[in-house]
Amino acid sequence: MSQVADTSATPLDPGAPARGDHTAYDGLRLRALTKSFGGFTAVRSLDLDVPRGSFFALLGPSGCGKTTTLRMVAGLETPTSGTITLAGQDITYAKPYRRPVNTVFQSYALFPHLDIFENVAFGLRRRRQKDVDRRVQEMLELVELTSQARKRPAQLSGGQQQRVALARALINNPEVLLLDEPLGALDLKLRRSMQIEVKRIQVEVGRTFVHVTHDQEEAMTMADTVAVMNGGVIEQMGAPAELYENPRSTFVANFLGQSNLVEGRVLRRAADVTTVDMQGIEVSVPTARVHTDSDAGWVGIRPEKVLVGPPGEELDAPGNTIPGGVVSDVSFVGVSTQYLVRMPWGQELQVFSQNTGRTRLFTQGEPVELSWRPEYAFLLDRGQDVAAGSAERAGA
Amino acid sequence: MTSTAGVAPPVDVPGLPAEPPGELPPPTGRRRGGIGYLLLLPGLLWLALFFVVPFYSLVATSLYDPAGSDFRGYEMTWAVGNYVDALQEYWRPLLRSLWYGGLATVFCLVLGYVLAYAIAFKAGRWKNLMLVLVVAPFFTSFLVRTLSWKLILADDGWVVNTLQVLQVLGDDGRLLATPVAVVAGLTYNFLPFMVLPLYASLEKIDPRLVEASSDLYAHPAVGFFKVTWPLSLPGVVSGTLLTFIPAAGDYINAELLGSPNQRMVGGVIQSLFTDANDYPAAAALSMVLMVLIVVMVLVYVRRAGTEELL
Repeated sequence: MSQVADTSATPLDPGAPARGDHTAYDGLRLRALTKSFGGFTAVRSLDLDVPRGSFFALLGPSGCGKTTTLRMVAGLETPTSGTITLAGQDITYAKPYRRPVNTVFQSYALFPHLDIFENVAFGLRRRRQKDVDRRVQEMLELVELTSQARKRPAQLSGGQQQRVALARALINNPEVLLLDEPLGALDLKLRRSMQIEVKRIQVEVGRTFVHVTHDQEEAMTMADTVAVMNGGVIEQMGAPAELYENPRSTFVANFLGQSNLVEGRVLRRAADVTTVDMQGIEVSVPTARVHTDSDAGWVGIRPEKVLVGPPGEELDAPGNTIPGGVVSDVSFVGVSTQYLVRMPWGQELQVFSQNTGRTRLFTQGEPVELSWRPEYAFLLDRGQDVAAGSAERAGA
Repeated sequence: MTSTAGVAPPVDVPGLPAEPPGELPPPTGRRRGGIGYLLLLPGLLWLALFFVVPFYSLVATSLYDPAGSDFRGYEMTWAVGNYVDALQEYWRPLLRSLWYGGLATVFCLVLGYVLAYAIAFKAGRWKNLMLVLVVAPFFTSFLVRTLSWKLILADDGWVVNTLQVLQVLGDDGRLLATPVAVVAGLTYNFLPFMVLPLYASLEKIDPRLVEASSDLYAHPAVGFFKVTWPLSLPGVVSGTLLTFIPAAGDYINAELLGSPNQRMVGGVIQSLFTDANDYPAAAALSMVLMVLIVVMVLVYVRRAGTEELL
């Protein structure tokens, strides 16, 4: 999974080499890419490296600039400034029909007047390639649509049209395949199976896929590297597990899954552990997971990492233990129980407790104690909006 | 099934429900059919009264004894010879009508396509204003507009003068009373009938299809001929029909802007009816024109192969 980017040294690092040296890189590289529409800046000085052969997801809420970024790579928008290089070649201003890049459009954009075969053959015919019949047949086999070759797009179901769109782009052996929310129009069940299908095809053909989506679950399921975009910039980038376990901003913490964020103040910074005063309780956070230089911060912890127990009882030590909670809401969802626990300082924290049978269920109004292992906690900048990203989160 | 992450067998995918869309069971119940026929009634009555009856009368008139007159009345003699006479005597204006109508249609198509394309894809917020401007000439009478072309193309008008200075026209060259004036007038008068259907079908084209063609290595020109043009064919077909049919039957433009040498069949029919009072010949010529146009339209629609696009 992590054969991909060395994310610590890449885009977010302000000291990364900005320009030049493109020839050494065989993937897709964006440098200081900016796009403004009138007074509105959709993409702001974006730096991004997409390694060759990876499945890369650009994840963000609508309007975050991810589709604009994709369209600039496809050549359908001209960047205001910055560069795009692909396999060492500058393609920033290359015409879309001269780029080794193909796109699967959000609404598929299949040609309604051509049958499936001719839709798939379109790119080959434009480049006067040989062996069109054989290659189209092979591609239709790959997406399992051989029997539909002579139908029109309108005669196919949504999932089938989606696979035609994929085949039509893939047959050209693009350096990079761009997927613009390709599964957005499908219903949930079909979307899940198409996610697995697209991932299978990517592994099979071994091409670079850049996938734009606002569905965090989709991005995490499919991609080996995810870049979270917000307001025209990349907030954080890395393997899905890394992004989830160690978010660097409140936006990522809330947009990818859910987080409890509690106001805190740094007391001591040591090489390995930082001690934080969280509402009068001393908690520790690994220094590697501290993402702020200021003393004021948000202590973050994922709801499923929080343990709940009766007051005074020893929990999974050694942990940060916070007494004085009262269960204010219980939802039993089968595999887990989701609690809302009101803390002495008035905030409600979320706790997801696996129904392993080891702990009993707590009822509303019951006093409880919360605890978590310090290595799961993270510390974010107090200056960031505590609710950033939670309203934009899709699904969940 | 897929909620148990990663265990869902990929076999799931090929067997997607492949129900073809748009195959709803036919609506059952007879009452719906009854209401349908009832709603058809006013239209059918209208057609019977103002199309079938006059058409019958026209066919009958075309077969009357040509020797009849208003005073003596007409006799039905099944005079098929009326058709032969009409064709023999008036084949020139007949062919000229089709020729001028065809030319005007081609010019309308070229001008109209560019205009409709610009309105549909490039006009932005000016779209509605431009559409109004296309229709605006209809606020004035057809006759008045054609008469004003007479002024524009007049022998000492600025158009002729400019063309003379540029040596395009000779010193005593003129535009009025030439085929140029007639075809120009037809093109002008019928352009909106071309632009509106073209616009309607161009406007429906998803711009992402053009982007997709560009993404798939089609140069914009190739993309136009492979995607935009075929998708606009329904508009091309209805636009050319709406232009050609009235243009071929028109006589005002030929009358006002041309000379007797540019006379079109509509003018001939009109003068046969009103000046010569030769009803059988006029009716026969009308029938010939109508049959010719219907046959041409049928062949054209078949050739364009647009049935499945519509």
